[in-house]
Amino acid sequence: MELANIEKLLEKYLNAETSLQEEQILQDYFTSNNVASHLQDYSVMFSYFKQSKDETFTKTIQLKPEKNRKSWKWASVAASVVLLFSVFIGKQKYDEHVQRQQFAQIKEALQMVSSNLNRGNEALYSVSNNLNKGNNAVAQLYTYENTVNKVLNKIN
Amino acid sequence: MNQSDFLKAVLPFKDKVFRLAKRLLVSTEEAEDATQELYFKLWRNKEKLSNYKNVEAFAMTMTKNYCFDRLKSKQASNLTLVHSNYKEKETSLDKKVENNDTVNQVHKLIEKLPEQQKIIIQLRDIEQYDFDEICKMVDMKPTAVRVALSRARKTIRQELIKQHNYGVS
Repeated sequence: MELANIEKLLEKYLNAETSLQEEQILQDYFTSNNVASHLQDYSVMFSYFKQSKDETFTKTIQLKPEKNRKSWKWASVAASVVLLFSVFIGKQKYDEHVQRQQFAQIKEALQMVSSNLNRGNEALYSVSNNLNKGNNAVAQLYTYENTVNKVLNKIN
Repeated sequence: MNQSDFLKAVLPFKDKVFRLAKRLLVSTEEAEDATQELYFKLWRNKEKLSNYKNVEAFAMTMTKNYCFDRLKSKQASNLTLVHSNYKEKETSLDKKVENNDTVNQVHKLIEKLPEQQKIIIQLRDIEQYDFDEICKMVDMKPTAVRVALSRARKTIRQELIKQHNYGVS
């Protein structure tokens, strides 16, 4: 293929006006060993295109989805349900625990209050005892005074 | 349609499906999964396949759409799209391939193209489909396909010349 012709084809190629046959001519030319030096850039391009077509899908194609994938999906669903459930239960247990603690604290506080009340009662009791003693003493003093008055009246 | 008929109809273009998927998804593993997934889909819709005149074009369209979905989905965005696993196959083009880096450059340049141009370059310059088929596959008008293809080819060429002049290659 003449160089002039190749250049004309290249022009068409860049404008996307070449047919598949013409593009094949270009590819054959640029993957050969005698490419004009000023067109070397194109040979990189065409070599790449040709080379890319050699890549193949090497794995075997399965027509039924692997069961593995599905079971993994289900496993993850199950796992999340279990997680949710355990969080729920855990939350309940925790709340119960907190409530128990609060109850214990309140109980302690109430006990303290009641013991202090008892002490106060005792103190009041002792005050009343002492008051009674004082009353008795005053009563004795009255009887004493009465007898003294009687004696004084007799003497007068 | 039984299994052997089905396979006879769809297996010939498995490499094309794979290569298109790889062009779009970059990683080989992703492309393999996509190819496998596409064949599940075809198999599931095997009854409808006979309605299509051109099963291959239909499959390529499905591949394109599937890859776009993958790219959009979160799953794909979590994957790092690298081309480190891009392997050059040994070919008979000894002389041309001896400078592997230069050929790899083209790969990277295509990677930078917009998705639409990437697909069209892949379908035309690598898979060598004719314009009618490409129009069907990408659902575009012939002129639009030609414009996109021309742009892609010119971009690649310009970038190659640029790199060449900088002495990068």
